[in-house]
Parts: sequence; structure tokens; C-alpha cells
Amino acid sequence: MANMAQAIRMALHYAEENLGVTDIFGEDVGMPLGGVFTCTQGLKTTWNSPLDERGIIGAAMGIAMGGGRPVAEIQFCDYVYNTIDLLKLAGNTCWSTNGDWNLPMVVRTPVGSGIRGSIYHSHSFDATMTHIPGWKVVMPSTPLDAYGLLISACKDQNPVMFLEPKALLRVKGEERIPGEPDDDKVLSKMIDAPLGELRTNWKPQWPELEAYAVPFGKGKKVREGSQVTVVSYGRTLPLCAKAAATLADEGISAEVIDLRSLWPYDWELIKESVQKTGRVLYVNEDTEVTNFGEHLVRRTVEELFYSLLAPPRLLAGKFLPGIGLADSLEMASVPQQGDITHAIRSLAGEQP
Amino acid sequence: MSRPRLIKEASAPLQLDKELLLRIHDLMVKTRALEERLIQMYKQGHGYFWIGGPGEEAFNVPLGMLMKKGQGPEYDYLHAHYRQSGTLMALGEEPIGALRQMKNTATDPYSGGRNFAGHFSLKKYNVAPVSSPIEVQYAVAPGTAMMQKRVGGDGITIVTGGDAGTAEGDFASCLVWSSRPANPLPILIIVTNNKWGISTSGEGQHGETRISDRAKAFNIPAKTINGNDPVEAYQEIQAAMEYVRKERKPYFIEALVSRLYGHSSASGANFVGDEVDCLKQFEARLEQEGFMTRQQMDDLRNKYTEELAAAARQVRDEPQPEPDSIWKHIYAEDK
Repeated sequence: MANMAQAIRMALHYAEENLGVTDIFGEDVGMPLGGVFTCTQGLKTTWNSPLDERGIIGAAMGIAMGGGRPVAEIQFCDYVYNTIDLLKLAGNTCWSTNGDWNLPMVVRTPVGSGIRGSIYHSHSFDATMTHIPGWKVVMPSTPLDAYGLLISACKDQNPVMFLEPKALLRVKGEERIPGEPDDDKVLSKMIDAPLGELRTNWKPQWPELEAYAVPFGKGKKVREGSQVTVVSYGRTLPLCAKAAATLADEGISAEVIDLRSLWPYDWELIKESVQKTGRVLYVNEDTEVTNFGEHLVRRTVEELFYSLLAPPRLLAGKFLPGIGLADSLEMASVPQQGDITHAIRSLAGEQP
Repeated sequence: MSRPRLIKEASAPLQLDKELLLRIHDLMVKTRALEERLIQMYKQGHGYFWIGGPGEEAFNVPLGMLMKKGQGPEYDYLHAHYRQSGTLMALGEEPIGALRQMKNTATDPYSGGRNFAGHFSLKKYNVAPVSSPIEVQYAVAPGTAMMQKRVGGDGITIVTGGDAGTAEGDFASCLVWSSRPANPLPILIIVTNNKWGISTSGEGQHGETRISDRAKAFNIPAKTINGNDPVEAYQEIQAAMEYVRKERKPYFIEALVSRLYGHSSASGANFVGDEVDCLKQFEARLEQEGFMTRQQMDDLRNKYTEELAAAARQVRDEPQPEPDSIWKHIYAEDK
């Protein structure tokens, strides 16, 4: 099965061929590297930009205004912070012009911990991005969802922020991308650029990919359960699913929802689940103060209070200025498998 | 480096056809009357904030006249700032639209009552939405220029901003992105230098002799011109545009202009007597050359003043946007 980086590459290839994507660009996005995570290797519209994040976001806006369809990359979300006012501008352009202009553009950026990235390569961006109206914000946790969400992003008439959980970029999926060959090695030989000199004249052989779009605003129930609802996305989602599987042996039945789209998000799916279980835990790894999960907790309290058997909980990253390089520091800073298992167990055991 | 010519030195005859000169004059008067009406509306409480460009007509009007007007990459894109009503008037906009934006009525053609005065936006003429944060347009403009270069034809991107804003990184971004040797862009980069940033004088803020010198470091041909002379402005913009259209490479103009009513309503919006008034100087020359009489010019000014007063009365009675309309256009719908 393809990993997420390969899935992103295949979605971009599909989008170049079928959805009118004109420019895939950013720092080191073009050859010879094809992106620091290799997500853009071998694509035909890639090019390397100056090392200038504001220039990248600005150019994407201009390309979209000029009739193109750009997919811009910010190498790490830690570096997108200096473009915040441009993101605000991109988000408000349609509204402020009373619908006259719209910006069909996608920005991709890797987020979160998991590669021992220290202080400047481990940030999350979900809380900040969901604070900027006018954007659609998505974050896959599987290669297939990455493929489908990116195809939806490349079709959208509006700015879309595509957050890539960097810890999952190398994780193989359990489902095949439609059109992906059965043998992973065959796929790798077709679309992974060789190292060194061999890369100079390399051309990918793309599989016959099929249209597969994951609609925005639709979450996915990845595990049925009756006692606790766990809502997550990105890196922490597979940890939640694993925790739920482990806890099933203890007789705890946890339902796990992968939100996939952060804006718009699938409130109906959350609501239906919480009304059934009466308990909800939101899990992500952004810093916990003014966290997107806090919004979900607030809405849960306001709209589902009388369905609740326990206070809704948020398990998130610690409110720290950064993530330290040492393994022990990173592990202590953001939710890990044990933290999630403990939090679900504790919530399941809480009685009114 | 070209030395800015002072208008009083220009004893040579006006070097443009009379018809063109009269058209420029007409648009300059119309723009001045519009800005003065906007200021009056603000002072009468018919608007919350005024910002505009009285004093920049001699540059902005020729710029709009010379633009290749239309929609899409075959035509010129304008990434303007908020002092360019003259450019919009020259593109054929009716001044009542700006009044509607000042009064933030539902009929405001540029933002539906959502944005400030002078924040034009016109997709049909490739006028990108004007942004309140200064200079962000310099980061956006290379994108449209890239599309134009790829599409072919002779459409160019024009980006304008003020001298104070050149301190922002986006200005440097524009110079970098426009002049990459592997992909130079068809972009006319303009800085209108009125020597002020709100209340801060340029002298205290930047050390380059000329702002246009910064472009030269990027091998972008650059010129500093007298933006208070509509003839010089017309000729220099025309020459610059010809270069950019043909060569598909960037060109840079620094235009020295006046700021006749200060920065905005934030600084009072009162007439500043010691600035050069480009309209007054141009009219003296038109009279001197025998192209117009003082009476004709006064009549024209009165005509526009009256038209704008009537337009302001009309706008005063137009409805405000419906509160529920806040939910419209957060997103574009699929077409």
C-alpha cells in the first residue's frame, strides 16, 4: 500500500492531469529533491521558489487571481506563521469583495511532532488555521484520505489548507489508492525518485489513477463503540484507534471518529455519537490553550449537555513554547499512546 | 538616475496632443472633486474613515488611461493601493461607486459596504482588491505576472504602493520574485513617494538616495520621475509599459508625488498648503498654452462638484446592507 507521501504525490499528479493544477511550488518542491518529504517528486508543474514564505503565499494568491490553480507548499508549518496576514487576506478576499474575487488555491504544509524536529519543526497549525475564516482546513490520517482530500482541495473554488501530519507521511495505508498497483515495490519503482545521479534523467511512471474525492466536512467513524466517543485527526488518530482496540479487551467500548476536515467539520457525526455514548474525548497535539478541541468542547457543552454522562475532555499538547529535541522531551510534550489509553479509560470509568 | 524635473523648468510646449491633455485634465478634475467630496462626506459623518490620493492625480490618471483594460491574463492586472481613485476613474469607473463605498451602502460596487473608502476591487478590469495592510500587494503581484508570462500576449501586471511601505519585506519579495534570472516577470513595479508614512517622514526611515536604486540592485531598470507632472508621468509610464509588454521583464518607477490632504482622516484630512498641487500647476500650463481658459476650467470643476454633491445626496438615501448578508460570500460557490 502507498504511504501518505506517495498518496499526496499521486493526488497531485491526478490533479495536474485532470483538475487543472498549474503550479506546484515552494522551497525545494521541484527537482532534484521533490520536497523534503518527497511529496512532489516527478510532477510536471513543480518548481522551486525563493526561500520566502510570504512570497510563496502571495504568489499562490496571484496565480489564483490570474486564472491558474496553484498548490503551494510551506516546508514546515513552523514557517507559515510569518504569512499570517496573507492567509487572513486570502481568507477574506471573497467576502471583502462581496463575492467578486475568489481564490482557488491550496497550501500544503507538514505539521506536528514525530520526527524529532525540535523547536522549529514540530509545531501544529490546526488551532491557528481554524481561526482564520474563509479557508477550508483538512488533515488526513491515512494515505487514502490524503489522496481523496487533496483531490477535493484541488477542485475547490476557495483557499484550502492541507495539513500533513509529518509523523504519518511514511506510514503505509491499509487501503489502496484507486489505480495503485497491488505490489508496493512496483509502486515504489514507478514513482519514487532514485537517489543520487540517477535522479537527473529520471521520469516517473504514473499508475492509471482514478478519481476519488473525500468530500470536505465529512468525518469517518473508524471504530464503533458505545461507551466513549473519541474524536481526533492526524497523528493522534491512529493512536486513538489503537487505544480503543486495546481497551476493548478490558471491556471498554470506545467509538473513534476521524474528523478529517477541521473546517467545515462533521458536527452531525460527533453529535450522533456523543448522544449515544454520553462521553467524549477530543484528542490532538496542538498546544492546549485556545485549542481547536476547546471549540469542540464548548459546542458539546452548549448543544449536548443533557446527553452527557461526564464532562467532555480535551487531551492535547502541553502549553509550551516548543518541543525539545530529546526523545523524552518530545514524548512528554504531546499526547502519546499511553496518555490516550489512560484518558479513554479514565473517562469511561467516570460516573455521574 | 534621472533627476526629477520640476514643472516650472518645463518651458517646452506640452508634448502630448491637445485632446489627450484635455482628457487627462478632465479626469484629474473629476478625481479631485471626488476625493474632496469623500472628505466632506467623512467630515459630515457620512462615513467612518477616509483615505485617498488627492495630490496623486497627475500620476494615477495617466496610469489608468494607459492600462490595457479587461478581464483575465491577456489584460493588465492592477494591484493598487488606496490612493488610486484617479486610476479607477481613468479606467471608466463612475465616482458614485466610491461614494457608495464611503457610505458603506449595499450598493457599494467594490465591497458591498464591507470595506473602507479607496479600497477598490474590480474583477472585470483585473483590479485586485485593495488591502488595508500596506504592501501585501507586492507579494501577490508576481503571481498574476507569472500567469501572464505563461499565457503569452502583452498583458502586464502593475503593482503600486507607497514609499513608507517599502520597509516591508513584501517589497523585497516583489523585487526578488520579479527578477529571477530564470524567470523574469512582466511587471511594472511602482512606488509613489510622497515622503511620508502617516506622520513619519521618510528622512527618518530609509537611507537609500532613491527608492528606485533598490530596483537597480536586482538589475531591474528603474527611474525616478516627477509624478506631479501628468505629461512626464504619461510619457514615462507609456515607455515603461512598452518595455514590460515587449520584453516580458520588470521595470520600476518611483514617482514623486504630493499628499495634499495628509495621510487620511486619521491625520485630519485637511488641505496641506505647502505641497505642490499637480492640478493647479497643470492648469497653469494649459492656460499658458492656450488649451483652456480659466473660465472653462472653473466651469468643469463646478460641474463635477455639483454632480458629486448630487451623487452624495442620492447615496445618502440608499440602503445599508442587510445584517443577514454577513453570511454571504464567505466562500465562493462552485460554478
